[in-house]
Amino acid sequence: MAFANWFKRHMVVIAGLLTLAYLLLPNVVVTVFSFNKPNGRFNYEWQQFSTDAWKDPCGVAGLCGSLSLSLQIALWATLGATALGTAIAFALVRYRFRVRGAINSLIFLPMAMPEVVMAASLLTLFLNMGAQLGFWTILIAHIMFCLSFVVTAVKARVMSMDPRLEQAAQDLYAGPFQTFVRVTLPIAAPGIAAGALLAFALSFDDFIITNFNAGSTVTFPMFVWGSAQRGTPVQINVVGTAMFVVAVLFVLFSMIVGNRRNRRKA
Amino acid sequence: MSTLTEAPPPLSPAAPEKKAPRKRGRWTPYWLLLPGILWLVVFFAAPMIYQASTSVQTGSLEEGYKVTWHFATYWDALTEYWPQFLRSVAYAASATVLCLLLGYPLAYLIAFRAGRWRNLIMILVIAPFFTSFLIRTLAWKTILADGGPVVGALNTLHVLDVTSWLGWTAGDRVLATPLAVVCGLTYNFLPFMILPLYTSLERIDGRLHEAAGDLYAKPSTVFRKVTFPLSMPGVVSGTLLTFIPATGDYVNASLLGSADTGMIGNVIQSQFLRVLDYPTAAALSFILMAAILAMVTFYIRRSGTEDLV
Repeated sequence: MAFANWFKRHMVVIAGLLTLAYLLLPNVVVTVFSFNKPNGRFNYEWQQFSTDAWKDPCGVAGLCGSLSLSLQIALWATLGATALGTAIAFALVRYRFRVRGAINSLIFLPMAMPEVVMAASLLTLFLNMGAQLGFWTILIAHIMFCLSFVVTAVKARVMSMDPRLEQAAQDLYAGPFQTFVRVTLPIAAPGIAAGALLAFALSFDDFIITNFNAGSTVTFPMFVWGSAQRGTPVQINVVGTAMFVVAVLFVLFSMIVGNRRNRRKA
Repeated sequence: MSTLTEAPPPLSPAAPEKKAPRKRGRWTPYWLLLPGILWLVVFFAAPMIYQASTSVQTGSLEEGYKVTWHFATYWDALTEYWPQFLRSVAYAASATVLCLLLGYPLAYLIAFRAGRWRNLIMILVIAPFFTSFLIRTLAWKTILADGGPVVGALNTLHVLDVTSWLGWTAGDRVLATPLAVVCGLTYNFLPFMILPLYTSLERIDGRLHEAAGDLYAKPSTVFRKVTFPLSMPGVVSGTLLTFIPATGDYVNASLLGSADTGMIGNVIQSQFLRVLDYPTAAALSFILMAAILAMVTFYIRRSGTEDLV
């Protein structure tokens, strides 16, 4: 009876933790299998412990090339989408003008569209224009689909800003430019950073839209996709593990910095 | 960073309701909008129109295509690929329901019960976003492998007998069956359910729970009458964020499924990139878009939360 009561009280926690386990199980498998020494082309069955792949992550032809290409594209796409998206977010929050509703829908639609539809229609356009598929078409596509997410993230932050702070700055004789750089931008920064981070993750990980618009250029997700057919090298698991660890550390770090800053303010 | 993991802070009651429109520069908003909106018009809206025109073209790769208003392409595409359409909707709907059932307890846990573990759990939910989803999806091949622990356990419990009878699995296998595809879809889109759920749960004032308890509501009643209704915006946007991308996905069906589990995304992909039959491919993706828009509009109307976007 005691157990039944305990179970009843903690049911939500147990169910939640089980879901968390379901979410993390593949990451555990990826990590474990990065230490495998597969027998054959595919790394799906456990054979033998080995650190070979960790010692030589670039030992597979094309892997590190695709990785650096993906990083470059993600970096440029983040820069482009963040710049364009932040401007849109400010315009939407700060000004009332006629076409606002239409623009809001135009921002929302890319997020509500299945990727395959966007990918296919963009490819139709590129083919019709006779564009050379490759780095530039990928970059154009990535900026396009990251843009809406940046706008949403920045908008949320700018909307919760107290406009009186800027009024105060202007009362203290700050010019419009000075107000923007010294007051507005620092307050909006966390939203812009969140948008940029989201854009980076989305661009770096995108497969469907890239697959349609890349031509023969191979980004990292496309390399993984190809290897699923031809044989998966262990190095892919090494990269996957490293990405997970870096992401966790990065988020932990930014949270600690954020907490410390909040405490200093309090 | 913090805004990615936390809900945007609600407006404090002291903040003024509406800002007075600024007078500086009537054209400023248009200049701010111009580059980004131009980008979306040229690379998002215009391609959609292009695609619509492609779907009513006839011709061949060698001789080129011409708009002939050949609407029969739509009819042919529908009659030939309706099983894939149905399957996409069925798989995506199953995955969405599973995401809601699995995601709700976790979102609830983070919002109300996690205490000082909240940030850590949040990181563990988000971090997989930054790891390649293809690598993680491939990991499911290992997890669900024939003769692996999962299949073994399901076999011992005679679950596979039932699921095979239902047509979800085939014999002793889970891989290359609908169950594997739905499992992968659920996994891939689960964070998109958890985050909006968490955001709307976190906004609920804890005192409402106390008040309900003081009025002699049982915990289950509190959940049914207070918590769940108040989390409806999260439920609606979470289900949309999982259902829409899941319907168009072809990665899970390709990696974890078989020829018999193909979804409409697989067809569009192969028509576009392998068969090179552009009108059919364009018609298919147009039908998919229209179907999703129709379903979503209906759903938003029914759930009565039109202001969620």
